[in-house]
Amino acid sequence: MQFDQLLQYTLSGLSTGAIYALIGIGFSIIYNATGIINFAQGEFVMLGGLLTLSSLELLKLPLWAAIPCSVAFSTLVGILFERLAIRPLKQPTPINLVIITIGGSILIRGLAMLVWGKDTHAIPPFSGDTPIAVGGATILPQHLWILAITVVIIIINKIYFYHTISGKAMRACAYNRRAAGLVGIDVRRMVLFSFIISSAMGAVAGIIVAPLTMTAYDVGVMLGLKGFCAAIIGGMSSGISTVIGGLILGVLESLGAGLISSGYKDAIAFIILLLILFIRPQGLFGKADSERV
Amino acid sequence: MLEVSGITQIFGGVTALNAVSFSIRKGDITGVIGPNGAGKTTLFNIITGIYTQTAGTVSLEGKDVTGLTPDKLARRAMVRTFQNIELFGAMTVLENVMVGMHTKSSSGLLACALKMPWSIAEERRIRAGALKWLEFTGILDLAEQTAGSLPFGKGRLLEIARALAVEPRIILMDEPAAGLNSQETLGLATLITRIRDLDITVVLVEHDMELVMDICDRIVVLNLGTKLAEGTPREIQESPEVIAAYLGDDD
Amino acid sequence: MKRDLFLFIGFAFLILLAPQLFSGGYLMNVLVFVGINTMLSIALNLLLGYAGQISLGHAGFFGLGAYLSGILSTSYGVDPWLAMPLAATVVGLMAFFIGFPILKLKGHYLAMATLGLGIIIYIVFNETVELTGGPSGLSGIPNLKIAGITFDSDVKNYYLIWTATLMVMLFSLNLAGSRVGRALRAVHDSEVAAQVLGVNSRILKVQIFALSAIISSLAGSLYAHTMTFISPASFGFNFSIELLTMVVIGGLGSIYGSFLGAALLTLLPEFLRGANDYDIIIYGGLLMAMVMYMPGGLVRGIPALFRRLVTTKKGEAGHA
Repeated sequence: MQFDQLLQYTLSGLSTGAIYALIGIGFSIIYNATGIINFAQGEFVMLGGLLTLSSLELLKLPLWAAIPCSVAFSTLVGILFERLAIRPLKQPTPINLVIITIGGSILIRGLAMLVWGKDTHAIPPFSGDTPIAVGGATILPQHLWILAITVVIIIINKIYFYHTISGKAMRACAYNRRAAGLVGIDVRRMVLFSFIISSAMGAVAGIIVAPLTMTAYDVGVMLGLKGFCAAIIGGMSSGISTVIGGLILGVLESLGAGLISSGYKDAIAFIILLLILFIRPQGLFGKADSERV
Repeated sequence: MLEVSGITQIFGGVTALNAVSFSIRKGDITGVIGPNGAGKTTLFNIITGIYTQTAGTVSLEGKDVTGLTPDKLARRAMVRTFQNIELFGAMTVLENVMVGMHTKSSSGLLACALKMPWSIAEERRIRAGALKWLEFTGILDLAEQTAGSLPFGKGRLLEIARALAVEPRIILMDEPAAGLNSQETLGLATLITRIRDLDITVVLVEHDMELVMDICDRIVVLNLGTKLAEGTPREIQESPEVIAAYLGDDD
Repeated sequence: MKRDLFLFIGFAFLILLAPQLFSGGYLMNVLVFVGINTMLSIALNLLLGYAGQISLGHAGFFGLGAYLSGILSTSYGVDPWLAMPLAATVVGLMAFFIGFPILKLKGHYLAMATLGLGIIIYIVFNETVELTGGPSGLSGIPNLKIAGITFDSDVKNYYLIWTATLMVMLFSLNLAGSRVGRALRAVHDSEVAAQVLGVNSRILKVQIFALSAIISSLAGSLYAHTMTFISPASFGFNFSIELLTMVVIGGLGSIYGSFLGAALLTLLPEFLRGANDYDIIIYGGLLMAMVMYMPGGLVRGIPALFRRLVTTKKGEAGHA
């Protein structure tokens, strides 16, 4: 009985954790390419879900077409954001960047409220909602979709960063932006790329989670912050450390909500965030690095 | 005055400084020279508490000051200037120097905010002191300008005035002549000797050989992280190792 | 020096005269909020504009002040005049101790950590139902009383709040112009140079963080005792962002700028009644536009704009 419960919490925690991981990787990619923490990251998650909804209901697209359509639109917003807000900034100090990305986040959220209203919306699950029994616990098909899509995206990510020219150039930027510029990498282009990739990833995360949790104009705030928390646990890596960070966070949150109190569920992520920043700012798995402190 | 012994600094496997030791006599102007990458700036950063060295000790006026933070060193009358002048750009020239009087004043946060009589008196003293140092460095007429708008040469003088306001017994200058024209460099040489005449020990890292040979009493030569030679300008100019390693490949 | 004093006296005079000019009760109520928000944006500005340290959790300190004072006076019968400094002391100590680890962080990381802190505090307000009343709020908080006067009307509250606000302003103006204020601005411009000159930047940042939290807490207590009802919704993440917007729009590092920002952002929704919930679009847009086109805020941007207009006018006249 007790074990079944633990298993149940852990399983559902893993799938939320996978979402956090995707969002967290989005944060890390932009951070590594530009040194910016994009406070608007969560808004792409929201856009992914709501744009899918509109593609399904307004454009009457089937699900398999609605998803790429939504990802494409969210990415377009990401491009516009980089072009109109980040690139023209004359004094890109950290504080100005924090403020401008917060401003962008509020603006996007406000516009979403204008378009979709304040109601929560449901998106149908990808393949029904018949629960599947696993051990003594049950999971939904959507959980499996989430885990599978996350794995696929992480693999694509890996291939991109290690086996393509632009991916390698992006890693060079992450390592040393000035040096990358000196050897002829177009750093500004890489900044744009990083926004494209992370807005697309955010949108995917938003789409696959929407059937489970419903979606609304303001879901991006919390999901974005949790994703950031995952990235911090993973030491702002755009790879496996952040995935593990997301999974740890998802499971702890789910266990905390189930065993302690559901009201404090959201506090768990932020307590972990503060502890990590205070004690191991380089992340759980990282080597000491003075960047963050 | 200042004693450096066995300073070693390793950055991720690269030895930037290897067991460097020397001592600086009170009242001297000492030059630290060496080709690029010799570790001069690293050494300065260690002495002034900005980096923590891998090994070795620093002592100031006979007391061990290894590992003390820059603000504690300022309270022990050691101050420095930076190669790329670090001004408080948004503040006026006068305010910059007034910050230099920080250790010579003590009103706390509440006393300042409540304008207690003693803090008003202290403020007056800070202003007078700062004006005095602006006059000393010859930039009194720029007092109300924004520091960020100063030409480089004047900025350098401001940085020195600000450092002097700490009333140091020892001042370390990192390439004070860098970016100055020949006229300004001449002025700087005079200023440095005038600082020494105030009983302030001067240490400078410098590339301008003429300046170093002219004003320094002693010179320490670094090369590839180790001390190559130490002596008077004449001894250094005649040292075969120095000529081979440094003056020889002068371009 | 003299000029600064005259400016302040003139400002204070106008503020205290205002109730004679505007008689509308509703406007008085809005102006009370302008006062509270001015205090809060000054508090945040001391930290962000002077010391250069961001906080996205200031609504949390504001809320702690409100709840501590509210709970002490409602549930424990403590006199509000005693409850306010008690709350401020607790919040100040808390900020002081958390300040050491949190202010080691820089830039984005500090932003995220303070944001996390703010959200944790907000969650605690919601969850400790026995103490705070949870999401439905805490009501029946007593008004402040002095010499037989109870501060229970908008006009009385206006004088109460603005007396406190003017005191906070004078306090902050004095501080900004003093050796401590200079040291703060120095840390902002170049921390390493400030340290080399003997400024202990670590302690200084923690001190100003605590001071900022104390002012926010006092504003919170005053808010609780004038409104007599508080609920967690007033102290969430959105309000922290609203405060940030006020400071940035008004002008970083300017006390009068904080007043401008607070006044604009408090009055704006009143003028945009029809737009009710869509004001967040305007906040977002304003925030972005200010950073991009007027990074000095209104307090510097408007005079600069005016000067430019005057010089182009003159230029045109010269050509003609």
